[in-house]
Amino acid sequence: MASLLSRFCRKLAVPGSAHGARMVSTTTSCGSETVKSLNLYSAINQALHIALETDPRSYVFGEDVGFGGVFRCTTGLAERFGKNRVFNTPLCEQGIVGFGIGLAAMGNRAVVEIQFADYIYPAFDQIVNEAAKFRYRSGNQFNCGGLTIRAPYGAVGHGGHYHSQSPEAFFCHVPGIKVVIPRSPREAKGLLLSSIRDPNPVVFFEPKWLYRQAVEEVPEHDYMIPLSEAEVIRQGNDITLVGWGAQLTVMEQACLDAEKEGISCELIDLKTLLPWDKETVETSVKKTGRLLISHEAPVTGGFGAEISATILERCFLKLEAPVSRVCGLDTPFPLVFEPFYMPTKNKILDAIKSTVNY
Amino acid sequence: MAQHLKSSSSRSTLLNVLRHNLGLGSPSHASRHLRHNLPHNPPSTRVSPNPLTRLCNTMVDTLSSTSSHEDANSQVMDFPGGKVAFTPEIHFISESNEQRVPCYRVLDDNGQQLTDSRFVPVSEEVAVKMYSDMVTLQMMDNIFYEAQRQGRLSFYATAFGEEAINIASAAALSPQDVIFPQYREPGVLLWRGFTLQEFANQCFGNKSDYGKGRQMPVHYGSNKLNYFTVSATIATQLPNAVGAAYSLKMDGKEACAVTFFGDGGSSEGDFHAALNFAAVMEAPVLFICRNNGWAISTPTSDQFRSDGVVVKGRAYGIRSIRVDGNDALAMYSAVHEGREMAIREHRPILIEALTYRVGHHSTSDDSTRYRSADEIEWWNKARNPLSRFRTWVESNGWWSDEAESDLRSRIKKEMLEAIRVAEKTEKPNLNHMFSDVYDVPPLNLREQELLVRKCVKSHPQDYPSDVPL
Repeated sequence: MASLLSRFCRKLAVPGSAHGARMVSTTTSCGSETVKSLNLYSAINQALHIALETDPRSYVFGEDVGFGGVFRCTTGLAERFGKNRVFNTPLCEQGIVGFGIGLAAMGNRAVVEIQFADYIYPAFDQIVNEAAKFRYRSGNQFNCGGLTIRAPYGAVGHGGHYHSQSPEAFFCHVPGIKVVIPRSPREAKGLLLSSIRDPNPVVFFEPKWLYRQAVEEVPEHDYMIPLSEAEVIRQGNDITLVGWGAQLTVMEQACLDAEKEGISCELIDLKTLLPWDKETVETSVKKTGRLLISHEAPVTGGFGAEISATILERCFLKLEAPVSRVCGLDTPFPLVFEPFYMPTKNKILDAIKSTVNY
Repeated sequence: MAQHLKSSSSRSTLLNVLRHNLGLGSPSHASRHLRHNLPHNPPSTRVSPNPLTRLCNTMVDTLSSTSSHEDANSQVMDFPGGKVAFTPEIHFISESNEQRVPCYRVLDDNGQQLTDSRFVPVSEEVAVKMYSDMVTLQMMDNIFYEAQRQGRLSFYATAFGEEAINIASAAALSPQDVIFPQYREPGVLLWRGFTLQEFANQCFGNKSDYGKGRQMPVHYGSNKLNYFTVSATIATQLPNAVGAAYSLKMDGKEACAVTFFGDGGSSEGDFHAALNFAAVMEAPVLFICRNNGWAISTPTSDQFRSDGVVVKGRAYGIRSIRVDGNDALAMYSAVHEGREMAIREHRPILIEALTYRVGHHSTSDDSTRYRSADEIEWWNKARNPLSRFRTWVESNGWWSDEAESDLRSRIKKEMLEAIRVAEKTEKPNLNHMFSDVYDVPPLNLREQELLVRKCVKSHPQDYPSDVPL
């Protein structure tokens, strides 16, 4: 109960920014780095402004995008770049993505918004059968690399079945697209710009919980954070934890608590789930001998299973304990039962301890 | 949603929402207001004493002309979307017009030009190329089909009966118009210059196939000829075409996007999505429906209950025409005029070309299992688009029996040579299994290639010997 209240009431410190030793920042900056304190939706908004200003053949569209979007991520874009480049679409996800693919196929950058990741499924055919295969099936005569699909995902405290989903696992199973999930405002801006400019179609899930809750110093200039490079955001020796998005905040709290009990945790932000950086995770697990993965999405068939299987193959003899997964449960995302469903700090802490004491 | 309502409570956003709903200061691709109430005939005066039955007896009206309704009781009121006249009568618009939408044609069944027909003239050069390409397409289909029967090709799908749609539409377009095909439009590629050898290379999946052997036969694509690669999924190309059309408009190009689909394709959700987007986005796109009567074994009576596909255009605010798809001149004119409107007026156009699928759905189908051989034969002979057009071309003195036999023997020779060469050309290198998934192969694919190569070394007998390593 207390943790639920605190979730609502306080602005969260972003993971990796204040606690413990941090790896060298992977952001690249050019010129002087002026920073501004921004929340997640403002950081994304900045990235979109930069994307549109640096490429005249780029477009942003989706439902309700014109007035700024239901999460304000597209504020000011239509006014600044015009309604031919930033516009509302009819309420039709398969149309939004299909149209975006066509735009991208003609060499434009199409940054499409799906209002909630829960509604992305009508576009699944377009994503899997068109976007993901566009380059391959044509023998590289054509591609729709300019396509980026943005969608808010994840728990928000009261979202229930249809405003809380984490569908990343479905997309991680599709060769030809990339799946990117930022953990914080600064990360989001850099990763989004990389995604938009990556020559492959990218699905970019934004943790909606962090849109207003997470505040961070974000450089004002145009910078990109590389895809498919995981980051060790907290160094440790006893156990490796891997996560992405909003869950990293929770995991970091668990790491802090574990430290008080003498357990040294290494925390990795995967950032790109497809293609994912196995090497960074492997290096870490070979050092710690233990792995714990945590995600909001249901545990069965979740992306944690892929990480677990891969690390098992690569680090079997170095493992001191089975790989632990602390994830959402195998139910539709419930409303009243959300606190029971979620992979909370204490669930993670319990799992850290039982893994370490295996 | 509770969440987003909270976040959009600012005054300016509320005002924007109101402004948009009242149709004021609307975006550049402006909302179209209904200018007229949907017109209907005055109701009949069948009256019954029982109010309930009177309700049930209310006449169903049919759509007639575009005159606005003049009922003394009507008032006009503003709702979001524009002004509508009110009526005190309960009228249901009929599910269909009394008459089916008529079909535009220029030539009669025998290839004689109809006396009052209006059409865009074609020069001798164009007409001869059109007819020659129709013959070439038919022969190519015949020979590839036979090659599949002989086991030399894994699969094939013919366009028999639809040669006029294929060639005449292509002839009416410019090379800069981008094509999003379904899979029964290789004639468009043929018209633009794709060679028989190039067709054969794709069908045999050899190293000269531009698709690098990744897809089944007939899944052609050519960036040089502005023809996007075929994907077997039905109607997925439709919304893509709309996005491409929007790009052409934004780049100020004198070109449109053209997308083809069948009667079956019009049932897919992507059809609805695409037409709606095209209208709202004011995209210069031609939607060309090959209504050939069959979606594999499903006749159109099991596909929809509307008057075909042409009437669906109006539901989206799209100008539409029904045309005789077996009449090359009518197809040419319809596509020519449609294209002009699309580009000049930045609007989508729907063209329903009525035709008949003479061939089986593909080499995996035997259509005599669900339709009579007589029916197929009748369409093949009596309603053949080639013979109709040939009659007209010859009537102009532009063709002859000699020209016909010269053409046919040349094509046959070329086709057999193309197959011979394609068959013995080696397959693409194994590394092409892993390239182009992304722009650059990621680590997991590099690893998998190494693993596969190792496996091939250990078990060469499991792998085809014609794929070079």
